[in-house]
Amino acid sequence: MNISACNRKLNKAFGGRVHAALEDNCIVLRGTLDAWDDVVRACQMAATKASDCHVVNDITFTGAEIPPMRLPSLCDDALEGKTPDVLIIGGGISGVSIARELSRWKLDILLVEKEADLALGASGRNDGEVHPGIDLGRGSLKHKYVRRGNAMYDQVCKELDVPFRRVGQYVNFLWYWPLPLAAVYCLVRKYRDGISDTRIVFRKELREKEPNFNPETKFAISNPDSGCVCPYGLTIAYAENAVTNGAHISLNTAVTGMDVQDGRITAVHTNRGTLRPALVINAAGVFSEEVARMAGDRFFSIHPRRGTNSILDRKAGALMQSIASIKGLQLVSNTHTKGGGILHTVHDNLLVGPDAVETYEKENTATNPESIERVFAKQKITMPQLTERDIITYFTGVRAATFEEDFIIEQGRKTHNLIHCAGIQSPGLTTAPAVACDVADMAVRELRKAKSVARNPDFDPCRKGVPVLRDMDDAARAKLIAENPDYGVIVCRCEEVSRGEILDALRSPVCVPTVDGVKKRVRPGMGRCQGGFCSPQVVKIIAEFLGVPLSEVRKSSAESPIVFGPTK
Amino acid sequence: MEQYDVIVIGGGPAGLAAAISAHENGAKTLLIEREARLGGMLKQCIHDGFGLSRFGERLAGPEYVERFIDRFRALGIEAQTRTFVTRVERHEASFTVVTVNQDGLTRYGTKTLILATGCRERTAKQVSIHGTRPAGVFTAGTAQHFTNLLGVLPTKKCVILGSGDIGLIMARRLTLEGAQVLGVYEAKPTPSGLTRNIHQCLHDYDIPLHLSHTVTRVFGQDRLTGVEIAEVDNAMKPIPGTEQRLECDALIVSVGLIPENELAESLNVPLDARTNGPVCDGQLMTEVPGVFSCGNALHVNDLVDYVSASGEEAGRNAAHYAQRTRDEIVLGASENFQYLVPQRLDRGADNSAVTVYFRSRDVLGKCRVTLTVDGRAVWSKQYPFLRPPEMQQLTLDFGSFGIADAASAQFEIEVEA
Repeated sequence: MNISACNRKLNKAFGGRVHAALEDNCIVLRGTLDAWDDVVRACQMAATKASDCHVVNDITFTGAEIPPMRLPSLCDDALEGKTPDVLIIGGGISGVSIARELSRWKLDILLVEKEADLALGASGRNDGEVHPGIDLGRGSLKHKYVRRGNAMYDQVCKELDVPFRRVGQYVNFLWYWPLPLAAVYCLVRKYRDGISDTRIVFRKELREKEPNFNPETKFAISNPDSGCVCPYGLTIAYAENAVTNGAHISLNTAVTGMDVQDGRITAVHTNRGTLRPALVINAAGVFSEEVARMAGDRFFSIHPRRGTNSILDRKAGALMQSIASIKGLQLVSNTHTKGGGILHTVHDNLLVGPDAVETYEKENTATNPESIERVFAKQKITMPQLTERDIITYFTGVRAATFEEDFIIEQGRKTHNLIHCAGIQSPGLTTAPAVACDVADMAVRELRKAKSVARNPDFDPCRKGVPVLRDMDDAARAKLIAENPDYGVIVCRCEEVSRGEILDALRSPVCVPTVDGVKKRVRPGMGRCQGGFCSPQVVKIIAEFLGVPLSEVRKSSAESPIVFGPTK
Repeated sequence: MEQYDVIVIGGGPAGLAAAISAHENGAKTLLIEREARLGGMLKQCIHDGFGLSRFGERLAGPEYVERFIDRFRALGIEAQTRTFVTRVERHEASFTVVTVNQDGLTRYGTKTLILATGCRERTAKQVSIHGTRPAGVFTAGTAQHFTNLLGVLPTKKCVILGSGDIGLIMARRLTLEGAQVLGVYEAKPTPSGLTRNIHQCLHDYDIPLHLSHTVTRVFGQDRLTGVEIAEVDNAMKPIPGTEQRLECDALIVSVGLIPENELAESLNVPLDARTNGPVCDGQLMTEVPGVFSCGNALHVNDLVDYVSASGEEAGRNAAHYAQRTRDEIVLGASENFQYLVPQRLDRGADNSAVTVYFRSRDVLGKCRVTLTVDGRAVWSKQYPFLRPPEMQQLTLDFGSFGIADAASAQFEIEVEA
């Protein structure tokens, strides 16, 4: 679309309040709007799918104050003067998988994450689906990486000792009339996109596989190679493997500014000192635009999009074993407007959601009852036995969407010692293993311009996770308890987590000695009582491990004490 | 594999009473407790008021349960503490209980099982509280654990949601510890806790009770910084426009107890949707022969004295259990009962002294509870009032009602003008 046509459209919609200009191969939007939905709509009007000419949003939004990025309270000089070969900004799935792939090389790698743990952004707040990539448009980076990423999951999860199940996905239809279209769709996917296992499944077969689906379901598009993984579990596993292979991770570390000279980043300022990295990788999720701006290389914009998922009791997990959603009248939806689905997780809960709501708040992960109501209203059509009564908790994540709704994986356009891995949203978890390989290759190529880069001879692709005793047979479990009696002391009754597993988590390569940190690694508090029984015990174990009073134990950040001083 | 007549799962007041009673009735008994110490939740209930009906004394929770622990020890009953039941296998006429503890996995054989697994608390998310996920959201029992067992203060200034007894007790306890309790908020139009607790825990300390109000949202990224309160309508839905924000550092929820019956469910024991506990007969045996239920796992009791009584009942019946075919009829309860236990009667059993527990669904004035057998009233009792928080208990001789030949039995509440 040329810029004058774009401006005509914008004029018509916003009466001259917004206009677009083509600058440095970017469509820059300027003007003033007081509704965030209008800001998003204007930018979407100007955007072209799968184009490398991105929309940059410089519209002044007057409806509310956009909150600044939350910064850790920590302030020291632990990183002052460091000169890593690669500085990765962001401890989500993108950043840690890149760190792990780079650790195959003899490099000084440092990953910084502003939060108190990894995977606290979108990587820890999604449904964990490993997508089949059936609904993605050709020509996009999402499409380029999704099949490759999906195919890598068996090996990656085996190496990283992370549970992964190819449970299969069904897109259910309540009418027969879309059948011819769906059949053609499957054929197209098969021959054009190489998705060979996608097929139509009729109600009889569907009934046998998933007897609790809506009995009105006539047929489904089945994608057997869809799977599920624990998204924060995978993120942590990648990080642990990277660290074991020599990479460094600094949590509670936020990038606050950069010095850029002659197209190169010369210094990166953080709350823990100023670094001089040879190369920077921008994997900062919803804040990737801010990082690009600091680096003098902002050629895209992020519009955050919230999504809320509910977690259901494991008892409800028995209702279905796969991943399912229902198709309404619209055969092919845009991925960014989907109304979610139901997913049987690797921990045997059901996840229901997510929805999709545009927001100007990048870090507002508060939940709202409307999201749950909306998603349940839709998903009860998929499976009528679904009930809100089985909800044990809910969470919201914020997607880092660009207006082109595609990833940005490329070297900086103006700043050369910079690689962007930005705009990563669904299916970013699926694509991460493949994207990480390519970004690592790009990084090594760039670093080789200045020095030689050798393979890391000690690289070990395998990580050993904390043993999960509840999943073991009696003999294996007894053997471990004989070696370490703490494995026999159950702390969390709902998820059957032992004291030994909690201590293992505290001794793991990326130690996060907080209640949430332990919960994410070995699951105490993830069950139906939500930590009611075990949280005091977990706090006590952490305090003993750290040698501090109970009041020093945190839920997550430094400002989140669980209890105050002693009683009278 | 060691064989027992009775294995009791849970070492709280119900399980202790059950084990003592089973032992005294000649059964080889084993009690399994998940925690390091016996006593269950009473260990942390350091307030008084326990044992009034049983001992005629006002005891603190640990004092009350200590009496049972002393007796249990004196009788030399076997106990495995710090031991977790991972699963129970059901056989033709016996069960295998598989446990895990520091010594490894152990299998125990038993003829009967008594499930005395107590309750868990309903959480904030289960009553649809939204917002952020900060530190400082506790169930009342968790706050009590921190305060009374670990000796640390979970809040300096809090709001309590729910007027259940634990919430009321914690309002007083935290006040005594110097914390500020801004108020107790209850979505229902009437209090959920005992009247005596409303007086002794709230009125005596000037803690306001706000009925027909609920907490809809919590605020704070790290530690909780405040909550949103709203008035609710008759359907307990928040009324838009009535929201107000209170600054505090904790939200303590006391919004109900859920009997823990996951083990029962794993044995396919049918549960009663009204109690969330197993469907039982007059001997407190569930629909699975040989599996008994008692205490708060059976239904949520208001006083521990009744918990102990049902434990003793279950223990005695388990000890005398002999396999035979039951001849059951449904013991019905009209809609204005919140629940009634037992839900079945075995016509072949000795039903001369069956304890019946019930609660009304709503607050009722002068009323009459009647038992009809095959359509004719065989027993009735007048009550000056019935309130849902106050459980009623009575012992009836069903044998005298001709239950052995009856086809139906139904309890009804009739409100008198």
